[in-house]
Amino acid sequence: MKTDIASIEKESPKNEQSAIEDVVLNEYKYGFVTDIESDSAPKGLNEDIVRFISSKKNEPEWMLEWRLKAYRHWLKMEEPKWANISYPPIDYQDVIYYSAPKQKITPGSLDEIDPELRKTFEKLGISLDEQKRLTGVAVDAVIDSVSIGTSFKTQLAELGIIFCSMSEAIQEHPELVRKHLSSVVPITDNYFSALNAAVFSDGSFCYIPKGVRCPMELSTYFRINAENTGQFERTLIVAEEGSYVSYLEGCTAPMRDENQLHAAVVELIAMDNAEIKYSTVQNWYPGDKEGRGGIYNFVTKRGICKGDNSKISWTQVETGSSITWKYPSVILKGDNSVGEFYSVAVTNNHQQADTGTKMQHLGKNTKSRIVSKGISAGVSNNSYRGLVHVGKNAANARNFSQCDSLLLGDKCGAHTFPYIEVKNNTAIVEHEATTSKIGEDQIFYCNQRGIDTETAVALIVNGFAKEVMNQLPMEFAVEAQKLLAISLEGSVG
Amino acid sequence: MLKIQNLKASVEGKAILKGIDLEIKAGEVHAIMGPNGSGKSTLASVLAGRKEYEVTEGSVEYLGKDLLELAPEERAGEGLFLAFQYPVEIPGLTTTNFIKTAVNEIRKYRGEAPLDAVAFLKMMKEKMAMMNIGQSLLSRPLNEGFSGGEKKRNEVFQMAMLQPKMAILDETDSGLDIDAIRIVANGVNKLRNKDNAVLVVTHYQRLLDYIVPDFVHVLYNGRIVKSGTKELALELEEKGYDFIKNEVNVGEGV
Repeated sequence: MKTDIASIEKESPKNEQSAIEDVVLNEYKYGFVTDIESDSAPKGLNEDIVRFISSKKNEPEWMLEWRLKAYRHWLKMEEPKWANISYPPIDYQDVIYYSAPKQKITPGSLDEIDPELRKTFEKLGISLDEQKRLTGVAVDAVIDSVSIGTSFKTQLAELGIIFCSMSEAIQEHPELVRKHLSSVVPITDNYFSALNAAVFSDGSFCYIPKGVRCPMELSTYFRINAENTGQFERTLIVAEEGSYVSYLEGCTAPMRDENQLHAAVVELIAMDNAEIKYSTVQNWYPGDKEGRGGIYNFVTKRGICKGDNSKISWTQVETGSSITWKYPSVILKGDNSVGEFYSVAVTNNHQQADTGTKMQHLGKNTKSRIVSKGISAGVSNNSYRGLVHVGKNAANARNFSQCDSLLLGDKCGAHTFPYIEVKNNTAIVEHEATTSKIGEDQIFYCNQRGIDTETAVALIVNGFAKEVMNQLPMEFAVEAQKLLAISLEGSVG
Repeated sequence: MLKIQNLKASVEGKAILKGIDLEIKAGEVHAIMGPNGSGKSTLASVLAGRKEYEVTEGSVEYLGKDLLELAPEERAGEGLFLAFQYPVEIPGLTTTNFIKTAVNEIRKYRGEAPLDAVAFLKMMKEKMAMMNIGQSLLSRPLNEGFSGGEKKRNEVFQMAMLQPKMAILDETDSGLDIDAIRIVANGVNKLRNKDNAVLVVTHYQRLLDYIVPDFVHVLYNGRIVKSGTKELALELEEKGYDFIKNEVNVGEGV
């Protein structure tokens, strides 16, 4: 079953694809008995696995059909190769696509959660108790695919806000899920989104009814726990007319030797006068100093400003993963709608990041703003890739893009790939880019004030990223600043 | 406090300091003067520990320690301060935040607990009044877009906040008009006391009208060729550096 990576490397992608198909067909020929009681699916991917996941989650028939459709489409697709990243071919048959924690009863309150799991949270500094008591953040914690705790639900429910795991939403609010799921990211959208649709195990669902301003930051912490388990979350946020929500997503992953595949999909929908603010701090395991291990993070995040005067704002701090492939985008369909993308991406050692955004201006008087700060250290590669598209009906569209790169040392790379397509001559599109290096002079100045080199780098880097960090909610900003410093430890001699 | 013996240093293989001897005691103000290229700024940089400068010979004893063995941040921890000729800019980092980090890193080095926000602000307000510096400057990113005068005042403000035992002012007067020089010099004078020492590196005598030195040394071609009291500075101002050069060249020519 396990394919030799070295031998596959020499083959063309086409052969690789058919190799996967062969394996899939073999698997299908023999089939296997679905064991509903088991906690994990066997390694590999085929229609039975898709059925297994769907049945584990007790999903309605339409969900299974939706998954199978995605799976069948995925089989016909090829892994994208255009990004400025390189990695050995992924053996999709060597991944476990479903793994649930041992705990079986759905906890009604935080007290019912396995104390061991709660200890892990505390180590990560995100104790649910603390969160609940001090910050008023409702946390929907996802460990290994199954949502284990949702707090503040009652309080939110009084406002008509639905904030629950995706599995629960499929059971409790099938009409909402069915209406909006894959309406922004179609299952056929790309290789990884199709894979996600076929095998996603859980995620978050959030629905803000008309005219409601969500009184607290909604937050989900994702974390990979079991060995060899790919994570395929699916998040859907719907903000009805005149509503507002701020959503926080944070990721931490423990050390792993083998590369782990992560392909999430996030969809945001903002109706007339609605606003969604989505903030991410991504800290998956980046691999060791020699580039061994680490997460492969292939994420599709897209929002649609469906209604007039709506707004979607993405803020991301990307410090982890060995490979990041991620382009949170906004479709500006409603007139006067606004899209924003604020990003800090840090790469150190052998990390590779190809990240950016797409702003699709379709409505009139639509505005977008892109602020991207790339920080590269070690022998890493950091690319910004962005598309600003102005459609022919998007009169008076405005875009401003700022892409800055900061280099630490002389072995890393920073790249900018801005694409601009303008089909309406009233549009104004601006792009600015800078590249700078942390200077010996800056370091020495700090040293002379008693600040050691590592702290000096953290100060300089945080100063560089400040415009983006300022977009983060307060409690996140502090964590993110620490993360930047931790990620760059040992990067300056 | 500071004892420099036969200090020789080079940059990129080129000898700049060719044997400096200098002793500075607590409570004293020394001035180093000299023409361009004589090695004044090199001396300041070597004492602060800039790594582009290689010490090839000699020793520097500071408060009983071998200064040359210490990393730049350790020297700062030991109370050595350099007011830079060209202070660097750090975009996005507020001056206040920078100074707070510096104050607490130095406290950490000395085994003291960090100042909390309240204590730090109190100290800052005090020194701001003393140095006649406004809040707006300190809220801006470090030195970014500062005028020459603002940068130098910021240097002296940092000196006030860090309260060094040994302060080195590297051409703090360069690029300043006479009003700015007076403000900066007044700041330095307020910080002088019997327990600290100041080394003023300058090209012109005029700064010494305001920061009056106990000793003046003339640096020429990598060596201290003449030492005296503040009258020496006035003599230099009157006769120019040529008289020193001639004196030295004649002496060496024999």
